[in-house]
Amino acid sequence: MTRSAMRAAKAAFLGAALSGAAFFGPALAPALANDGLLALQDDPKQWTMQLGDYAGNRYSELDQINAENVKNLQVSWTFSTGVLRGHEGSPLVVGDVMYVHTPFPNTVYALDLNDDGRILWRYTPQQNPEVIGVMCCDTVYRGLAYADGVLFLHQADTTLVALDAKTGDVKWSVVNGDPAKGETNTTTVLPVKDKVIVGISGGEYGVRGHVTAYNVSDGSMAWRAYSTGPDDEMLVDPEKTTVLGKPVGANSSLESWEGDQWKIGGGTTWGWFTYDPEADLVYYGTGNPSTWNPSQRPGDNKWSMTIMARDPDTGVARWFYQKTPHDEWDYDGINENLLVDQEIDGVERKLLVNFDRNGFGYTLDRLTGELLVAEKYDPAVNWATHVDMDPASATYGRPQVVAEFSTEQNGEDVNSTGICPAALGSKDQQPSAFSPKTGLFYVPTNHVCMDYEPFRVSYTAGQPYVGATLSMYPAPDSHGGMGNFIAWDATQGKIAWSLPERFSVWSGALATAGDIVFYGTLEGYLKAVDSKTGEELYRFKTPSGIIGNVMTYEHKGKQYIGVLSGVGGWAGIGLAAGLTNANDGLGAVGGYAALSDYTALGGQLTVFALPN
Amino acid sequence: MAFESLSFSTASARRAPRLRSAAAAALLGVLAAGAALAEQKHREDVDVAAASNDGIRYFNAEDVPTFNINDKGELDWPTFSGFRRYHAECHVCHGPDGEGSTYAPALKNSALNLDYYAFLEVVASGRQVTGASGNSVMPAFGTNKNVMCYLDDIYSYLRARGVDALPRGRPAKREQKTDAYSDLEKECMEG
Repeated sequence: MTRSAMRAAKAAFLGAALSGAAFFGPALAPALANDGLLALQDDPKQWTMQLGDYAGNRYSELDQINAENVKNLQVSWTFSTGVLRGHEGSPLVVGDVMYVHTPFPNTVYALDLNDDGRILWRYTPQQNPEVIGVMCCDTVYRGLAYADGVLFLHQADTTLVALDAKTGDVKWSVVNGDPAKGETNTTTVLPVKDKVIVGISGGEYGVRGHVTAYNVSDGSMAWRAYSTGPDDEMLVDPEKTTVLGKPVGANSSLESWEGDQWKIGGGTTWGWFTYDPEADLVYYGTGNPSTWNPSQRPGDNKWSMTIMARDPDTGVARWFYQKTPHDEWDYDGINENLLVDQEIDGVERKLLVNFDRNGFGYTLDRLTGELLVAEKYDPAVNWATHVDMDPASATYGRPQVVAEFSTEQNGEDVNSTGICPAALGSKDQQPSAFSPKTGLFYVPTNHVCMDYEPFRVSYTAGQPYVGATLSMYPAPDSHGGMGNFIAWDATQGKIAWSLPERFSVWSGALATAGDIVFYGTLEGYLKAVDSKTGEELYRFKTPSGIIGNVMTYEHKGKQYIGVLSGVGGWAGIGLAAGLTNANDGLGAVGGYAALSDYTALGGQLTVFALPN
Repeated sequence: MAFESLSFSTASARRAPRLRSAAAAALLGVLAAGAALAEQKHREDVDVAAASNDGIRYFNAEDVPTFNINDKGELDWPTFSGFRRYHAECHVCHGPDGEGSTYAPALKNSALNLDYYAFLEVVASGRQVTGASGNSVMPAFGTNKNVMCYLDDIYSYLRARGVDALPRGRPAKREQKTDAYSDLEKECMEG
């Protein structure tokens, strides 16, 4: 049957069903993907979303493994993915089946938890390997999504595939972008109601970012909202979409760019999506403006570097907040937005908490976009003194840039030195966790600074469009390591405790009701620490560096902890051979801590449990 | 137009424009096909000594671009430019300072082991290595001026790193950009 014939047949079937409904009374409301998913996220025995739940809290109520007994944790079983590139994201567990994804070629495995992880089915997409060459920063993929019997695989080449979770059969597929233009995918998607929300990568190729909603039923496009450009293409309502409580006004993006630069201006959407079902708003961040040479794109470059709240049905924006107007450092604003309800100044607030690449931890009212707290979550951060919190000020909500560290003010072909954080940010995509028991956020961070020299570049479709050279090194005058794992109080904007790490912590955290927090390290350790004090309670060295996110589930009465090993990603590029050590002076020999001295390539799932 | 129209003579690399065109590199690639798998060379066997200068850059005795560090310890501009361009275009896969990443080779070594012409061929046309543990894909940069206009710069930078004439990090001292270099750069980038 041809595609169009299939469509015709389907339309006829639908027509029959609808007329049938007219005869037999009101039709059932269409099943919404998140009805099922909403129920699943409340069942701690399963792990059905990459961030644990719609709120992105990466918190589990399971407490069989706890602060008392975690020291006895053992490896229960392992699984090799057969791929040796960076492994980000985590497996999902739905019922008795675990779904494991891989980096390119994006193979999907369904493993039977009732039968020692026997492979029930596997799906290996056919993708043109050319896409590998246009993926900035490794062929990572941050994992599958699930809703109502369907697995959503978003391939590197931007093909979104709906798989039958029972059989692995393809229900439909749709192409979201064009790798020939540098459009690729690394991120997971989020099923919301009857749609699936999808982002795009390629900010280093001058890709114009957008978020797209596809209908779960058949993969047809419901809406697309660009990050830059005319209001109608951005799905902005000049009167109703707000910025810091005020209407955004007409042509807000176009007026913030010179000429047509916005068309190749980045603002890609390769981070995480979260969703508040009550407010019915989807949240995500947009990435860096292109190029990295700020002199080639005067203006605020809206709406790159922005937290966006949108209506999932229509895509229309409710509010924006631009964290880094006119970026000069590649502080790609795509990090996850955790949704929590906490008290600030004695009032219970519906909050959104974001640990941005730029080193500020932001707390906003997630209904209105009001800025409540903006404080540095790494004391090394120096590119801005603070964020202006005075609503009466002309620079309200804007970071106050330090001239010495402004690569724009210093100009093209000038090397600005000692900027903290480095381009990989005080934190990259590795998602944080929140424990309602402690009220604290657990944040994997980078402790790396840089020199940054912008210069002129020309644009060629499908080719890198960078325009800056940079050198990175551990934060000077600190502990010498390149990372910290911190606990953060988002109501105060204060670090509760901080654990120094040799390398950037590039693994997503997991907090549990057992009063423990898990994270992985680039050397390959899975660590468990006390959620109140940060005291280390357990560590185990897995076969390769961990850039995956820790997850947990319960099967047949037993709690398990799972994590993917497989070093790579940005961390594997920047740190594989080690960074220059600022404390030794540039160019000194022997001052490098090379990741390659600690770990090698891998691709493995390790699952832990307590002994029987 | 200059970008497309710069001519290239394989008879003498020396007389070729040093900021070369994509088309020229592609032609070069055809001529150099098959040379990509060079033998491992010992560092001391690699001739990086500057034997001549055409007013823009240095060349070794075989008229292959090379670096120079003057008696004040200053690196020649084109090689410094190679440092900058490498860390914009190449390091996102090949790691800082030509040191390699978890999946892409250390180009400071490739630049010693690969013949100059084979190096140009791989950059301009790309290559794929497939294997059990995944594919390794070098994209083709032949149409990318940010790479192709600076290919000789990047090559001499990587050779300087390969023989340890340059330490890791940003070169501490460099010569000024010459007018002749600027003119050719403008012609290549804006052509």
